[in-house]
Amino acid sequence: MTGGLLFALTGAALFALGVAGVLLIAHLLRRILAFNLMGSGAFLVLVGLAQRNDVPDPVPQAMVLTGIVVAVAATALALALTRKLHGLTGQIALPEDADD
Amino acid sequence: MRRFLVIAFAAAFAAALGSAMLELAPSPLDLRIPVAAHLAQSGVSHPVTAVLLNYRGYDTLLEIAVLLLALLGILAVVGKDNPSPPRPAHPVLQTLARLATPSIIVMAVYLLWAGAFRPGGAFQAGALLAAAAVLLHLVGLLPAWSMPRLRLRLGFVIGFVVFLMVSTALLGQGALLKYPAETAGMLILLIESALTLSLALILAGLFLLLSRDQGGA
Repeated sequence: MTGGLLFALTGAALFALGVAGVLLIAHLLRRILAFNLMGSGAFLVLVGLAQRNDVPDPVPQAMVLTGIVVAVAATALALALTRKLHGLTGQIALPEDADD
Repeated sequence: MRRFLVIAFAAAFAAALGSAMLELAPSPLDLRIPVAAHLAQSGVSHPVTAVLLNYRGYDTLLEIAVLLLALLGILAVVGKDNPSPPRPAHPVLQTLARLATPSIIVMAVYLLWAGAFRPGGAFQAGALLAAAAVLLHLVGLLPAWSMPRLRLRLGFVIGFVVFLMVSTALLGQGALLKYPAETAGMLILLIESALTLSLALILAGLFLLLSRDQGGA
């Protein structure tokens, strides 16, 4: 097993952890963190699989670089919305659906 | 019950994905060869920068658009109240931040310049500059930003606008963002400089616009 493959496997595990977190955690701040974990897992899979033969490929690396910046922007927007929700309702969790 | 189901599903998904990766055949398409083959015409000598700004320039163009969109979203969400005055930190921290800032700026310019031939580039330089702004804000030397005026707005959009203008001017080449080989290096440096400025201001804005009211609505 090469180092790149190990990165990719770790990325798959991180992604699954993030999915479970997004689905199970009600606290919005921790849910945003779990969502970021999903993103980091996907990035790790992309770079890891691309260098599983030990020679890195610049195309996935550049795409991950783009993805990281977009993830930062999305996180900031999510945090702003969370703070607005907290300011309006005093809660930091989404209201449960009526039919849930 | 729901908890158990979700965890079992996530574990099964990770296991399936992992075993698929272990069985994965070598990629039939090796992009390293075409990237290396056209590097001489790309205007830069580092393959990641060449991919970011030349081969897949539209990714970067749309990325700065997404950043701008996120910033507009934040501007729409946060209120119009004036920022509270910054709380000054310990003088030692303030002095250290003052000392660190010039070297951070030098480092950012170096990263921008180095992006042409080694790891570096507009994103790293912009992130570094934004970190300097956040550092100065945290020690109380830089107040939080309120609703941006014209100058700051121009700074936010200049990266996107310059990138868009260059790509529009080059449409005559027959494809989006197809640089002529002899001026590619210059054009990429121009775009990257504008991108660095915009990225630094946008990333700093994401933090400084949100930190202006301490908590409340």
